Order: sequence, then structure tokens, then C-alpha cells
Amino acid sequence: MESTVVIIGVIAATCVAIFGVVAIVYLLFSDNCLPPQPVSRDKNLKASILAVIGSGGHTSELLRLMGHLGSHYEPRYYVMANTDVMSEEKVHKLEKDANIMYRIYKIPRSREVKQSWITTVLSTIVASVYALPLVFKLRPDIILCNGPGTCIPVCLGGLILKLFYPLKLVYVESICRVDSMSLSGQILYHFADSVIVQWPQLQKKYPKSLYMGRIV
Amino acid sequence: METRSRRQGCKTAFVTVGTTQFDKLIETMCEEETLKCLSKLGFTKLILQQGNGKFDPKSGTLHGLTVEHYRFKPSIRQDIEEADLVISHAGAGSCLETLEAGRKLLVVINEGLMGNHQLELAYQLHRDGHLHYCNCSNLVATLETKNFDDLMTFVPGRSQVFADYLDKLMGFT
Repeated sequence: MESTVVIIGVIAATCVAIFGVVAIVYLLFSDNCLPPQPVSRDKNLKASILAVIGSGGHTSELLRLMGHLGSHYEPRYYVMANTDVMSEEKVHKLEKDANIMYRIYKIPRSREVKQSWITTVLSTIVASVYALPLVFKLRPDIILCNGPGTCIPVCLGGLILKLFYPLKLVYVESICRVDSMSLSGQILYHFADSVIVQWPQLQKKYPKSLYMGRIV
Repeated sequence: METRSRRQGCKTAFVTVGTTQFDKLIETMCEEETLKCLSKLGFTKLILQQGNGKFDPKSGTLHGLTVEHYRFKPSIRQDIEEADLVISHAGAGSCLETLEAGRKLLVVINEGLMGNHQLELAYQLHRDGHLHYCNCSNLVATLETKNFDDLMTFVPGRSQVFADYLDKLMGFT
């Protein structure tokens, strides 16, 4: 029992330390105050995209966005919580006819609805243990997410990867968020390349965010 | 779109609570006063999607209305499309699906869930003139007094704008 507590403590401290260092390095050296700079690329190359699937309404919104992307976004990696069965079916339904390479990966869930904040920290750490190596292995050109909690460990991996690799982190706030940003949005507002909101009054509160009308 | 129910000349109200428990709405819908009100407004059919609630409504013909109910279906799209009026909880999915189908929408606020951020969207869509909202206690009054023909048409969101933005960001265009 005691050793379990120690192990959890060590893992927790390590993760907090990694996040702290990454956050500081990132904030010091990033050009986050400027609008995101377009990547210069060979137009014939494809861009790989990692989409973090939330659940329920978040899934529907994200898959709508994915459904409008051209075939030059390939391969497509979908990361979702291992408790989410409904979303998996929806991804297959969207992608199976498109003849585009896609794959689904599952990680432990960061936060169930109504879970307390203390256990949320622990389960986020557990999810990070799975998410970080996955992101490093896949090395996507884009990470696209729209909350909720599952996206945080994946984005943490993305931030570390960004130090070595030209990756774009794009966060789209849910259409449900009219006046207030979600917790994931508030965190990623400081780290993502683009934060897109869907209502003008929310854009006013978060000046660095982008508003391009309703997009889902 | 001309739906099946319309062609047959019957007017349908569809009530949906999504995956929530909202017994008070289902109970309110089954009250004599509500059924009579719907009947007076020309409705001939009432379909209740009762979700995870405990209250079990009666079915059959009540006060001139054919009442049907079920808990869940894989997709409620058909019921929405065939309805003349959708009475829904404030869930974003149900609200958007109804408005995108071009259906009249009355949102009933679940006062047991106040402080829920989902209400943000329902209030905004009301400010933009796309729906009416009420709570269970003034549902009948709302049905009687609000004009549902004046609701503004809802233009679905444009995901292509996002795709174009990403193409630019990634240097494809």
C-alpha cells in the first residue's frame, strides 16, 4: 500500500515537473503573442492530423470539422477515451468510405463528468503516461481538439514535441460555449497555435482567439 | 421537406430529453391541461422520448391526441423531421439537430440543472430569434401565447471555413 502511494507520488511529481519545465520553456521562447504563422511546405506533401475525440457533443462537432478536410490530411489519427464506445462507431462511419488511412487509439479517460478535481489530477497523470509516448511516436503535423479533459494529456505531448518538430496545435471551442471558455480552452488558450471560438462575445473576452462564424 | 406525417394531414409534437432524466417535462406533457392545449392548437399526435426518467407515461388516444413514447432510439432524426413542433431539453445536440432540420423549437429549461453551461447556447439561440424557451410551470402558457411562425430560420455552421483556414495555416493554399 505504502509503496503504491510512493510510486504514485513519484509519477505525479515527475509529470508536474515535466509540465512545469515545458510550460516555462514554451512561454519564454514561443511567439505565442503573434498570430500563428503559416507553415511553408511543398503543396504535394500531405499533412498528418491527430484528432482528439471528446465524447457526445464534442465528438459530433469534431467529426463535422474532420469531414470537411481535404484528402491531403492523411493519415488521420483519432485518439479517444477507452470508455467511449459510441464515438468509435461514429469515426468508422465517417472514415470507412473515404479511402483515407486512419487509425483509432485509446487512452484512459482524464475526467468523467462530475469527477472530483483531486482525482482528476491523478487520472490526468495516468492518461499522460499513455498519451505522451503515443504523440511522440505518431509525430503528427496537426493536433486538433475541442475538449474536454482527454485532450489535455495529448496536448501536453504536443507541446513537448513542438520544441523539436513543427507541429500546429489547434483548439476549437465548442459551440455550446457562448459566454465562457471551458477549462480545457482556458488552459490551451496560452499554449495552442490557434484557439477558435464560435461566438463573437467570447472572442472579445479572449482577444488572441479567432472567430470565423459558427463552424459546426 | 414534405414529411410523411404532413402528407397524412396530422400534426405532430415531439418531446425529447436526450440522455437526461427530465421526468418533470414528461409528466407536464402528459397532464390533461397540456394535452388539451396541444389538441386545441391542432396537434393530433404526441411522441415522447423519455430518456433515463422514471416516470412511465400512458400511451393511446388521450384528449384527441395519439400519444406514443419510447426511451431511446439510435437516431431521433426521423422523429424530429416528421414533427411540426419539437419540445426539447436544453441539450446542444437536440437543439441544433432540430434547428438544422428547420423545425419549430420550444426549449424547456430543467430547473434541477441550473448553472449548467448548456443553457448558454439555448439562451443565445433565443436571443437570435431561433427558438422560444420556458420552464415546466409556464409551458402551457408559452404554447398558447408564443408565435412559432415568427422564429428565424437557422443557418447551419460552415465547417468549410474552418477547412480553408487550416489549409492556409498548413501552407496548402
